[in-house]
Amino acid sequence: MFLKDYISEVYNGVSSLLKGMRKTGYYFTHSKEIITEQYPDNRATLKLADRFKGEVVMPHDENNEHTCTGCTACELACPNGTIKIITKFDITPEGKKKKAIDAFIYRLEMCTLCNLCVAACPSDAIKMAPNFEHSVFDRSKLTKILNNPGSKIKEGIE
Amino acid sequence: MLSLESITKTTQDWLFAKFSPQIALTIECVIVILLAITLFAVLGLVLVLLERKVAARIQIRLGPNRVGPGGIFQTAADTLKLIMKEGLTPDAADKFLFNLAPFIVMMVAMLLLAPIAFAKNFQIWDINIGVLYISSVSSLSVIGILMAGWASNNKYSLLGAMRSGAQIVSYELSAGFAVLTIVVLTGSLQISDIVAAQENGWWLFKGHIPVIIAFVLYIIAVTAETNRAPFDLAEAESELTAGFHTEYSGMKFALFFLAEYINIFIVCAIGATLFLGGWMPLHIGHWENFNHVMDYIPSSVWFMVKTFFLIFLIMWFRWTFPRLRVDQLLNLEWKYLLPISLFNLLLVTVIAIMGWYF
Amino acid sequence: MYNQTEIIKDTTDLGPEGELIVNMGPQHPATHGVLHLVVTLNGETIKKIEPHLGYIHRSIEKMCESLTYRQFIYVTSRMDYLSSHINNTACALLVEKGMQIEVPERAKVVRTILNELTRIASHELWIGAMAMDLGAFTPFFYAFREREMITDIMEDTCGARLTMNYIVPGGLMYDIHPEFQTKVKAFIKQFKEKVTEYEDLVTGNVIFQSRTKGVGILTASDAISYGCTGPVARGSGVNCDIRKIAPYDAYDRVEFDEIIETAGDSFARYMVRVKEMNQSIRIIEQLIDNIPEGDFVGKTKNVLKLAKGEFYQRVETARGELGVYIVSEGGTTPHRIKFRSPGFSNLSVLNHIAKGSKIGDLMATMGTLDLVIPDIDR
Repeated sequence: MFLKDYISEVYNGVSSLLKGMRKTGYYFTHSKEIITEQYPDNRATLKLADRFKGEVVMPHDENNEHTCTGCTACELACPNGTIKIITKFDITPEGKKKKAIDAFIYRLEMCTLCNLCVAACPSDAIKMAPNFEHSVFDRSKLTKILNNPGSKIKEGIE
Repeated sequence: MLSLESITKTTQDWLFAKFSPQIALTIECVIVILLAITLFAVLGLVLVLLERKVAARIQIRLGPNRVGPGGIFQTAADTLKLIMKEGLTPDAADKFLFNLAPFIVMMVAMLLLAPIAFAKNFQIWDINIGVLYISSVSSLSVIGILMAGWASNNKYSLLGAMRSGAQIVSYELSAGFAVLTIVVLTGSLQISDIVAAQENGWWLFKGHIPVIIAFVLYIIAVTAETNRAPFDLAEAESELTAGFHTEYSGMKFALFFLAEYINIFIVCAIGATLFLGGWMPLHIGHWENFNHVMDYIPSSVWFMVKTFFLIFLIMWFRWTFPRLRVDQLLNLEWKYLLPISLFNLLLVTVIAIMGWYF
Repeated sequence: MYNQTEIIKDTTDLGPEGELIVNMGPQHPATHGVLHLVVTLNGETIKKIEPHLGYIHRSIEKMCESLTYRQFIYVTSRMDYLSSHINNTACALLVEKGMQIEVPERAKVVRTILNELTRIASHELWIGAMAMDLGAFTPFFYAFREREMITDIMEDTCGARLTMNYIVPGGLMYDIHPEFQTKVKAFIKQFKEKVTEYEDLVTGNVIFQSRTKGVGILTASDAISYGCTGPVARGSGVNCDIRKIAPYDAYDRVEFDEIIETAGDSFARYMVRVKEMNQSIRIIEQLIDNIPEGDFVGKTKNVLKLAKGEFYQRVETARGELGVYIVSEGGTTPHRIKFRSPGFSNLSVLNHIAKGSKIGDLMATMGTLDLVIPDIDR
């Protein structure tokens, strides 16, 4: 009885080991199972999800116009003070003063990409872009001004 | 035909014709030493690359493929890096032993090279107690590991070294018994005799089931003896960070690393010699034509193919199995492998006495 | 008070009876982060384990006190980063409970699916890391292959792979991706094919079984008295699945089994998690075709203010019971916030169950406790 147990124990142990070896052997012989993506080489074919949250950008149209009113809703929504909006007063052709943004300062190094600013924006002026190669040699380069120089607010956006 | 045998023979004849015997012998020694060192370097590079490639394929990765075509120069680049690194010696270490240990491990590996028959009549030293020599010298490697673990003055190193000591001493036994089965069948301790006895068939096929069991036991025991997973307790990186070579860096670490791979090569070469016929081509009974075709493949190729097959097997183990615990490791040896190998040796002896093998 | 030089002296010299004192961590290949264990050894046998915490303490609780009820949710992703969705759900549920926000059915169902996907992803990573602790490297890569499909689904729908911040009070931040359902179905198909590989490589392996069976035994009464939850307690036979006890979101309308193993050893905890993955697949299968149409976020006020009082919400993360406790003074930010993290209680049991075993067993035990250090330190 003891001998039988002993032999069956050895047999079961060895067969379980062989089962595992069969599995790894299968992967060794089947090169099509390889899942490595050679990242910098496959940049051309790399497809990121369209919703990927990489950084905050402010889209401008062909007339260099954005839709940011400078309401600072994003600045208030941001949990870690990533966004700072500096406003100025434009003089409209009618001679009235109108609030507009001077600089939309965005500090990428502080951003946690939580999307709360985009969700808070009432005029869809900012959105998340799927860029992820952010490394630079100088940290100050990560502080960005999102509105293009000379850009102005689109007509009809209040 | 150009073979290793004729090359060595011509060289020797030329040397002895040109110089006095003493000088010729000295020159031969120098050549052999140079060849051995070259073999070590090349083997180290090839085996490390092979291991990384095998691991990558098993783990559905590509493995090194940046340095050179298919990554073949990766290990050379790594070695260059290791040579340029500073070899740190810890402040509280026993500096003499600490620096000596990697060389001891390396020297043991080199000594084991002597009786291995790489091809037909291509052997450094065909000593008449070849198998005994191998078992006795291979057990010396534990001294280097213990030395490294003790001298590092690191608790992880010490634990690793102690584990290694217990492990190698235990597994020597079943490796020895597995080797003895072949000695019993052949009736000789000389490597060339053992190879010659397998002219009409390898022992693995000639010796029935007991020899197959002995072969399996041998593979398990040498995997443990060379500190390879699933028996890599001496350097169990999830428990002891790097075990006995935690404190080593630079070239001293590289020597340990190299010695590990050289040891694998040597035990696999011995396994191939004992069980798979060494440099003997594959011969099947009376298939004259088949045997004739097989003879055309050079004997060194046969030897290397067999050895690398066994090396691959050991690498396959490493990347499949989890590691054993230290008490289970000793249980496996003393409760399973040793009784089986003792019983197996008895069976083989009966077979040898009755002449039941082919 | 500890004196710094004394700590160093304590941990470098031998113990009072000549024991070996080994520092495992904060940098050690097996501690999965910055856990520092001071292990007192007698040869290979462990005499005492003393965890030192705080290496990744970021004072998340204090940070949350200065953030509004919309903002503080994103921070909780950084606690137990492997079940960030579930953490976010807990906070959102609490705010919803406190303000009586009606959550649309669609949001509830999607949350449940995402929570279960997160649970599978977490267990996948754990199974790989666990095998790696025991010296088998290869299962790690196989497990990550399946986990990668989940992170791809997350990337598509939530826009991030690990810290999604997709759940807001009232529902979801935006609607699910149009291909969400097909991708989840593809994942379920692949997962069912590949889960047998873990069986071959890990579960059935004789070495793995002998390493984990009878190792680190935790009795049911100890599990309760130490406050263990999740798979750790369920492996000891304690009913503690919050999804069953106090269902939230869509868990009350799906069928699934609470996995209970009674052995209490490492292998039981392992089996609980492996079987739980299959139950998660079962939950997802029931819901994935029945995502109701409608809004993805309920009507909420612009500024969220919790009424004065105390609020508590608990959910089942991949590691156990996560409790969020908020004391509100009626303002826009919490007055005091406290997270009851599962990892902390599960870690506290380590000395109790690993004492007297070998160093190798410590790795097996610690692996099956499934510790995420940022969750413990917060």
